[in-house]
Amino acid sequence: MNINATLIGQTLAFFLFVVFCMKYVWPPLMNAIEERQKRIADGLANADRAAKDLELAREKVSDQLKDAKATANEIIESANKRKAQIIDEAKAEADAERAKIIAQGKAEIEAERNRVKEELRQQVSALALAGAEKILERSIDEAAQSDIIAKLVAEI
Amino acid sequence: MSATGEALTPQEYIQHHLTFWASGSEPSSFWTWHIDSLLFSVGLGVLFLWLFRSVGKKATTGVPGKLQCFVEMLVEFVDSSVKETFHGRNKVIAPLALTIFVWVFMMNFMDMVPVDWLPQLAQLIAGDHNQYFRVVPTADLNVTFSLALGVFVLIIYYSIKVKGVSGFVKELTLQPFNVKAMIPVNFLLEFVTLIAKPISLALRLFGNLYAGELIFILIALMYGANLAIGTLGIGLQLGWLIFHILVVTLQAFIFMMLTIVYLSMAHEDH
Repeated sequence: MNINATLIGQTLAFFLFVVFCMKYVWPPLMNAIEERQKRIADGLANADRAAKDLELAREKVSDQLKDAKATANEIIESANKRKAQIIDEAKAEADAERAKIIAQGKAEIEAERNRVKEELRQQVSALALAGAEKILERSIDEAAQSDIIAKLVAEI
Repeated sequence: MSATGEALTPQEYIQHHLTFWASGSEPSSFWTWHIDSLLFSVGLGVLFLWLFRSVGKKATTGVPGKLQCFVEMLVEFVDSSVKETFHGRNKVIAPLALTIFVWVFMMNFMDMVPVDWLPQLAQLIAGDHNQYFRVVPTADLNVTFSLALGVFVLIIYYSIKVKGVSGFVKELTLQPFNVKAMIPVNFLLEFVTLIAKPISLALRLFGNLYAGELIFILIALMYGANLAIGTLGIGLQLGWLIFHILVVTLQAFIFMMLTIVYLSMAHEDH
């Protein structure tokens, strides 16, 4: 068991190995490890943020839902109001129309009646005149008694 | 035991297993190289760096594959160990710790390969059944000492870089007794403390792995005795193997941890 030149060769090899390891082995491995650690940390942070975002989104959605419901109720209410209004308006219009039609009908009837009355009166007067003529043909002068006949016609 | 060569005595068998494949004809000379230690340590180091580099190049920041997961687990484990102990800013310590941990673990793990497999294979390839071949680089004092030496150089480098030469000298001489007359005593104490760091690092790892390997060799010897002892050997080998998995990992971890601690101590200014 003696110390010999192997020591020198071995020391040289040792230094070369350490230098090689330091230059070419350690940095890429350490970089990969650190890079991955960073990525994992980022991923975890992202997951946290996503969970928070989700929570926020949920709140927003429920808010919006509430708003939408309120708006819908408002719209329905106003629509109902509008409906009642339209119905009222239509009713009023229809009433007016009816009254107009009735009034017109009444006026027509009145006119017709007046016309018929007039016609009737004239026919009656003619009839009465004819009757009286027949009577008077026998007795008196048509002209002397015409004022009596006019009086009669006015009385009808 | 070799089936091809002539029978070895147990002593010869152990001796054979504990001899390095050395270059040169004169084993006592300093300028011999343990070819097997260098082969396995450099080979395993290159394997480690190649594997991690290829994973690092393809590393995705998305869903990682299984290999990438495994590598990242190791990297994060080392990184968190460094961050727990060392609070300064230093680009070297973490990769250094990773290199030490994985490399030492891999070198230690060669102990798990049955003791005769690779030596026999080497003998087959070399065509020489006396070919020496040790596969556990960390059971070579040279290897563990070179690692500890590297750490020691870094300790001194960072001590001087952070505290300056005067600060480092003061740390060595004015502690624990801040009196001028006590400077020699302080220096002795601190110097021993300083020197003890690499020596203990190197010897701890070496001792554990050397003992582990030796016990595997001794268990392997039992197979050559007779059927009863051989059967016992199977159980023993399994038990020791399972226990050794713990030792191997623990020693790699301890080496890494102590390196971090020593270097963070070097960064501390008193």
